[in-house]
Amino acid sequence: MKTFAQLGFPGRLIAVEGLDGSGKSTQIYLLKRWLEVQGLKVFFSEWNSSELVKSATSKGKKQELLTPTTFSLIHATDFADRYERHLVPLLRAGYLVLCDRYVFTAYGRDIVRGCPPPWVRDIYSFAALPDLTFFFKADLEVSLSRILDGRPQLKYFEAGMDLRLSTDPYESFRIFQGRILEQYLAMSSEFKFLIVDANQTIEAQQNLVRSLVAGKLDLPAFAWQAPANERSSAVRSPQN
Amino acid sequence: MRTAPSRKRSRNATRVIVPQKTARRFYGHGIPGVDVDKLAGKLIVVEGADGSGRSTQIRLLVEWLEGCGHSTVQVGLKRSTLVSEELDRAQQGNILSHTTLSLFYATDFADQIENIILPALRAGQMVLADRYIYTLMARDLVRGMDEEWLKNLYGMALVPDAVFYLQVAPGELVQRAFAKYSSLDYWESGMDLGLERDIFDSFLRYQALMAEQFKRLQRIYGFHIIDGYRSVEEINAELRKKISAVLAGHQVK
Repeated sequence: MKTFAQLGFPGRLIAVEGLDGSGKSTQIYLLKRWLEVQGLKVFFSEWNSSELVKSATSKGKKQELLTPTTFSLIHATDFADRYERHLVPLLRAGYLVLCDRYVFTAYGRDIVRGCPPPWVRDIYSFAALPDLTFFFKADLEVSLSRILDGRPQLKYFEAGMDLRLSTDPYESFRIFQGRILEQYLAMSSEFKFLIVDANQTIEAQQNLVRSLVAGKLDLPAFAWQAPANERSSAVRSPQN
Repeated sequence: MRTAPSRKRSRNATRVIVPQKTARRFYGHGIPGVDVDKLAGKLIVVEGADGSGRSTQIRLLVEWLEGCGHSTVQVGLKRSTLVSEELDRAQQGNILSHTTLSLFYATDFADQIENIILPALRAGQMVLADRYIYTLMARDLVRGMDEEWLKNLYGMALVPDAVFYLQVAPGELVQRAFAKYSSLDYWESGMDLGLERDIFDSFLRYQALMAEQFKRLQRIYGFHIIDGYRSVEEINAELRKKISAVLAGHQVK
């Protein structure tokens, strides 16, 4: 598998991964704001957000119709729709594409649900790898307490209740998240995750994220303005 | 006591034959948590283009099987509770790219495997599938999808007990479509491929491409090619004979 840079795309894709409650969404939002104020071409895409597929997914979740296989496939459909319709064309147009969760979320969750790892990985083989993948690594207890402290109503699949790990949703969620964390850690070196210590303050984490992005990407190349040589040939000023 | 031959025959006809169990497997990685040895029923697939006579044959097979004392269940493409509506809407707008549409159909198929086919086979029922993974693969192959990727994806499918492909040439399919609907279907004409501007020409070219893929798939998956030009009754008699062999636990010839 190759990254978008290795495939010769002018755009770059940055993904964030981590457990629920690891703070990754906050971090990618702050990264997006920082890139936007610099006048760069930025697009943000979230896991499980394709308009068309979403109604089927939420029906499947509400009515508890999903099995590990259909859970995996419906998320792959959602991903493929966003990939083919948004990510690839925008990366061709030289955008910085930010993804809140990428294929690694599927690798982790589907494998914990018992899908055969080679089957899952091959289904996603149409997708190129991100140019940068941040993994927000928080202690399990820290991410659990961020989610569970408010005693929220945990959803059936979110808590991994379909795995019959425990009849108590909170206990089920703990075991499920623990297993996903193991999967993330096992993938970490294979996919060159940039690990961010998510037990730190929001600001300290954002400092690290920004400096890594600035250090690894040539950010001015993603500005809205076309490079000077293209502009001059395309637009002639009336005085000349 | 001696029995008259005619009485013996009629007594035999009232005895319901219990199908013989045969080994069962998935094409590839399969579905997690399924014990294939517990799938006692039989899975019979009828493939073929629109207008090849699939639904007529399946209707007659259901009557026959039920008459013989077997409980039947029918499945077909785009009939899942999970995504059939969404899939329909997506197709009307023709807004999905190939990989997405392919995965959407695979989701529909998987939902029916898990929620209909597997429970029915566990309960020892006869499942009649109006099309199966082969149509899905042929459609995607015509649209340039990678064959190895498709094989992995559909590794979740059960190997059926028999697959019958009703073969009818595109020129005849077009006549049957007009006789029935007076028009050609956008997707069955492969209009999304932009092969021809004219739907009539496009239908002929697309169905020829599909037939070519089926010919290739036939060599891989070994389905039975059924000459679809004969009368409904003749075709059905052939299918019944072959299915009887399946129920008796024989390999179909």
